[in-house]
Amino acid sequence: MTNIIYRCNVFFSRIGSMQICLRQFSCCIFIVFLCLIGTPLHAALNIEIFGGGATQIPIAIVPFAAEEKLKQNVTAVVASDLHRSGLFRLVASSGLVPHDPSEIIFPNWQILGADALVIGSTKMLPNGRVEVRYSLVDVARQELLISDIETVSVKYLRAAAHRIADNIYEKLTGDVGVFSTRIAYVVKQGKKYALQVADADGFNARTAIEYTQPIISLAWSPDGTKIAYVSFENKKPVVHIQTLVTGARKAIAKFKGSNSAPAWSPDGKRLAVVLSIRGGSQIFLINADGTGLKRFSKSSGIDTEPSFSPDGQSIIFTSDRGGSPQIYRMPVTGGASGVAERLTFEGSYNVSPQYRHDGKSFTFIHRNGTKFNVAVQDLDTRQVQLLTDSRFDESPSFAPNGKIILYATEIRGRGILAAVSSDGRTRQRLSDQSGDIREPAWGPLPKWR
Amino acid sequence: MKRILSVVLVILLSACASETTKPTVEEGYQAEDASLSAADKAGGPTLNPLTDPTNILSKRSVYFDFDKYLVRDEYKSMVLAHARYLREHANASVRLEGSADERGSREYNLALGQRRADSVKRVMTLAGTNENQIESVSLGEEKPRAIGHNEASWAENRRADIRYQGE
Repeated sequence: MTNIIYRCNVFFSRIGSMQICLRQFSCCIFIVFLCLIGTPLHAALNIEIFGGGATQIPIAIVPFAAEEKLKQNVTAVVASDLHRSGLFRLVASSGLVPHDPSEIIFPNWQILGADALVIGSTKMLPNGRVEVRYSLVDVARQELLISDIETVSVKYLRAAAHRIADNIYEKLTGDVGVFSTRIAYVVKQGKKYALQVADADGFNARTAIEYTQPIISLAWSPDGTKIAYVSFENKKPVVHIQTLVTGARKAIAKFKGSNSAPAWSPDGKRLAVVLSIRGGSQIFLINADGTGLKRFSKSSGIDTEPSFSPDGQSIIFTSDRGGSPQIYRMPVTGGASGVAERLTFEGSYNVSPQYRHDGKSFTFIHRNGTKFNVAVQDLDTRQVQLLTDSRFDESPSFAPNGKIILYATEIRGRGILAAVSSDGRTRQRLSDQSGDIREPAWGPLPKWR
Repeated sequence: MKRILSVVLVILLSACASETTKPTVEEGYQAEDASLSAADKAGGPTLNPLTDPTNILSKRSVYFDFDKYLVRDEYKSMVLAHARYLREHANASVRLEGSADERGSREYNLALGQRRADSVKRVMTLAGTNENQIESVSLGEEKPRAIGHNEASWAENRRADIRYQGE
């Protein structure tokens, strides 16, 4: 296994901004937003990659014909995506430049050690669109695996490249690719907190909302159109839901006391939230429009951090009902007596559970001595695997294919994001030069996948 | 307007000061008269007791040990002074803001902070304060007073703060 350290400076281009300006509500609640139009919110996510999968597929990606004429290089994005997954080892083309399957001389590629080969060509069309033809070839069997065309306007070339990478990834690994997904996170710069949404590779970051008070606990709606979050603008935690495309938002849990930890049900109709109105911190269910409040957990202690199972039948959550924070599971109907099944038994601090997309395991944070690390527990075998050994990891979030876990950590006192593959072998670090990043949440697969 | 209110409050407090203090009954807590400064007792227009540094009411923070949320004895007279102030000023209200140090999950720390705020609220309501005058909330680890990554900072951030409406 080769250790690859690959430093890749990626810069954001702000396509548009979604800030909300100052508004005053007649009910005397004064909400202060920063009006950022004209103020560039510096956004440059630095991504570093470490390690690699146990068996990496050696793949050669030949620059597509005429792509040097395009504003956006397609194969660079494809190569970066595949490399970042940790499952591919990029093989240099060494001067060979086939652009069509008929031009491939297979022995040349076998000598270079490539198992797979990606070739293609690009063409500017009269209407300002670009046609990208590409092929994926199995070198050993000399077999054409994919032959496809993407036709997009110039501004969507990156998106097309991500789709190409997804198709290659799926064909060669059998798993769904996540290169076309988005991540959300919070950037703290001085006294400002910005909720940002970026492509999974860190590009195209946009600020969804910015405050001078903290934002925590981001939760994507299952259809990817909204994000629920907790803001402290009202001097206490309140749960909001914001529609990304319009910027419109609504406070859906603003009861007396604290309101936090939103988690969406898989059908997008309800959320679990944590409220203190009945004393302590307890989990409630509420409709996405803020109606229909119903109590879920029933303990006299702390029940928090709910996460719905993908089939919508269970909720796992953190509870200290047994004396220390551990992870429990309860049917969504609440169970007759509110008795929950305890899932974690190692150590005295297991928190922040998040189900995997297939419901077979969950990721969480396990305190190991004085360190807080990302772990995964298989729900069948109940085996736990520790995936990190840094000091202060928090907020783990599975990619929607269950292959990578994104989490927040710190390095030399600064908040950064990191990602670890579910087998623990590949790691990434995502940092922002301008501030601390925290509270990551990986968005769902796009609807067309 | 605020000044008139302060004067009215001071006059009211002075009136209260002239009564004999009775201990509140529940669980043996003693409501002490240490809350009022000599100037207040004299009855003249003086500083707002809530912000007068010689007045216990200007003290607003209860500190907690690691993983603890019960109000320690050393803070009880302060909390009870606020409880009494609320009982005597039906229009006053407070927000109790609980905090936790930065270690561990943000949401779990929010719940720990909530527990601390609730604990202070309980001392007040057991002393007879109307719970409609109290909202207990949590700031978790999000608004630390001390920003070091060491025990001294963590100890400073394990707190519940008492904030009056308008502050």
